[in-house]
Amino acid sequence: MTECFNEDKNARLIGRSDGPFETNNTKHTWDLEKLRSGHRVLMEYEYEMRPIDRGYAGRFLRVDLSSGSVEEVPLTDDIKKKFTGGKGFGLKQIWDMVGPDTRWNDPENVLALNSGPMNGTTQYSGMGKCLSTTISPSTNVICDSNAGGYFAPYMKFAGFDSLAITGKADEDVIIFIDGIEGKIRIETAPFEETNSHLLAEQLTHLYATEDTDEARQKVTVVSAGKGSENSYWGVLNISFFDPRRKVARLKQHGRGGLGTVLRDKKVKAVVARIKGFTGMENNPADIDKIARTGIKHHTQIRDLDKSQCNMRTVGTGNLVEIMDAYDLLPTENYRFGGFPKASKIFSTEFYKLFTQVIPDGCWYGCTMACAKTVDGLLLRTGPYKGQRVTVDGPEYETIAGGSNMSLWDPYWILEFNFYCDTYGLDTISAATTIAFIMEMYEYGILNKERCDGLEFSFGNADAIMQFLHRIADGDQGEFIKVGARGARRIKDWLIEKDWGDHQLIEDCGMEVKGLEYSEYVSKESLAQQGGFALASKGPQHDEAWLIFMDMVNDQIPTFKDKAEALHYFPIWRTWFGLTGLCKLPWNDTTPITNPETDEPAKVPEHVQNYVDIMSGVTGWDIKGSDLFDQSERVYNFQRSMNVWMGKGRRMDDIPPYRSMGPVTEVEYVSRKDRYDEQLKDKLGLSEEVIGKMSIPERILLIKEFRYDQYHKLADAVYCRRGWTPNGVPTPEKMKELGFIDETEMLETLQKAIDSDDEKGLNVWGGKYTEGEDTPSEKQRYWE
Amino acid sequence: MSIVVNKRSVDFIIDESVDRLLKRMNYTFPMVIVKVDGTLVTRSRFSSHLIKDGSNIDVIHLTSGG
Repeated sequence: MTECFNEDKNARLIGRSDGPFETNNTKHTWDLEKLRSGHRVLMEYEYEMRPIDRGYAGRFLRVDLSSGSVEEVPLTDDIKKKFTGGKGFGLKQIWDMVGPDTRWNDPENVLALNSGPMNGTTQYSGMGKCLSTTISPSTNVICDSNAGGYFAPYMKFAGFDSLAITGKADEDVIIFIDGIEGKIRIETAPFEETNSHLLAEQLTHLYATEDTDEARQKVTVVSAGKGSENSYWGVLNISFFDPRRKVARLKQHGRGGLGTVLRDKKVKAVVARIKGFTGMENNPADIDKIARTGIKHHTQIRDLDKSQCNMRTVGTGNLVEIMDAYDLLPTENYRFGGFPKASKIFSTEFYKLFTQVIPDGCWYGCTMACAKTVDGLLLRTGPYKGQRVTVDGPEYETIAGGSNMSLWDPYWILEFNFYCDTYGLDTISAATTIAFIMEMYEYGILNKERCDGLEFSFGNADAIMQFLHRIADGDQGEFIKVGARGARRIKDWLIEKDWGDHQLIEDCGMEVKGLEYSEYVSKESLAQQGGFALASKGPQHDEAWLIFMDMVNDQIPTFKDKAEALHYFPIWRTWFGLTGLCKLPWNDTTPITNPETDEPAKVPEHVQNYVDIMSGVTGWDIKGSDLFDQSERVYNFQRSMNVWMGKGRRMDDIPPYRSMGPVTEVEYVSRKDRYDEQLKDKLGLSEEVIGKMSIPERILLIKEFRYDQYHKLADAVYCRRGWTPNGVPTPEKMKELGFIDETEMLETLQKAIDSDDEKGLNVWGGKYTEGEDTPSEKQRYWE
Repeated sequence: MSIVVNKRSVDFIIDESVDRLLKRMNYTFPMVIVKVDGTLVTRSRFSSHLIKDGSNIDVIHLTSGG
């Protein structure tokens, strides 16, 4: 194992002090002239600078790296109406430029970075999110991911609502959006670092107009890292310069391999620079309305956050102890929902390490300010061993990923977090894949030889870190190459090698559609099983998080109830990605009067806040249901694109059994009372009969029952969403949502339905007994 | 003697307040709404409101996560 275990841990964090703030990070001196000397301008394009009109810059930017060309595309009222912004714009850009057979590494693939109409607002919390989209290497359908940092607002302030990058460059390049001069440039960048913590630092200094913190704050960098070049887990890091720490901090577009696509296109970074901005930069229709709404919300967070989620103090890490208490914290590849050692990684432990420099948000004006950092962290492994660095986070998902790998030392979690970020790797996909590898290692399906010399027992931090370093180094070992492509490819590889029980491998690898699960145990919440597996991009919790509502509150007991929740919440939560907003200020803080409302889970006062702000920015006369309609259009368009690209059917929405119930005897025995009780309650077995059954027999019965429950849930959800029983949005539904002129899309959907008809697939998936209601009387309910 | 908490039968304990019940149930999530027999109990009364035998209690955990 790597050294430093016996070191005084406090000595590893010397950045905390009560005096003038000093991170004590390792200082780097850059030869900026040398870096600059490597920049050849391959293309320069001048554009007209003009003010934003009520939240919209009014045009898309398209950069084709293969031809070295740039195009401005006017943003029409029709596009605004149908797609709103953010993810909607990203889908529209991709739809316009790819074919149904385009794959992630084809030059035609589009990497779209998108803003939204409210993005860049500074009077309300959480309004600086960038929403990016691409055809994912993990899933080969559209994946979207969001992150804070300054890129989306700055891109819009510079003049563009969305940037689509297509083609591939011949050598490493930087795409530079110069909002000061009104120019787009593609420049070679041979000498800069590739890993993000250094690259963002270099480019921030290089592109700042002068050597001041103020100038550096006006530069933002989008980058990936060496890991992104060799893995399907590539992230986009979005920088924002922190003048207190003198550090270009990073927020991550984690899911779906966006960074992999960036590096496949040989883009080292996208840089945006602006002259400056004010709180009026969006030229909103009614700033007073926005300000009034913002003050109310700021006051609420200030007064209540401490007794609610405590986001201002510990960030999303507050969930670790909560998830552990409710048996939801994934441990040892989701086998268990908690662990006795979990208290070692509670937010209280990270709080001791966080540098409390408040406010600490990732965009201006965010009172929630949940972006935490650990400064002066001494690294123990890898190319930066011995250096001290700033780590942004860790957020809940990263800490829980540590739990999933049985990593109970906060310092190792921080090191894992740091290297994933700088290498451009998604902490969620990496942790979920590694946890799966560790379980396979425990069963002997994998071993040291098969793992290219790595000893992947649960909790072996050294193996985890070596794996990351070898991925970043471009190690050509068979295991390293396959492992870096994620859980689905490992399953295929293990099955092809015939190294273990195929069903066990399928059941334990936590992925759907090729994307790894995020970090929650969903075994006892059928609604959340659907929330993960029915999500268009793959199993990410940002579509729906229904575990409390379903498992703890028992508020949605019937399939119809669950389907209603799986209609409302995924569509509503999608809305944040359309508008350039963060979801956290919606329901991780609630007004004091929220308990008295009819539907407190929806936080009605905050929904009204969003109505007020959207109308305040755009001048639109809208109500709450209009926000939902905006989102429903985009949500259905994304699913339709999945169908167009050959996925988006029931067979693509089937979860691995580990997400639904106990796969192994040890899991069953660990919660034996719970499962035996279910055999009695749900399946009507007597204690005597259960007592005569072996554990594997009990597991099998529960498995059959739960899969049938899942299919009944899918039946109900598809029906509620207006999709066929095989999960295809119907042309009728799409027309109802306003997609009248999208002939190719409508024809594609009809062909898919006809094809499913021929194969007999437009039938209910659940086995309904006599007297049991199906979601509708007739299966072709849309006709 | 029993009470019902989130539709599950739970033992009744004499002189148990709402906050003690939450602790017993291991309901540690801070953003909960408590209704006893359909009537809202505000957070400020969690320690003083005593649960009666046969009460039907909803402890609504507001959606969080992500």
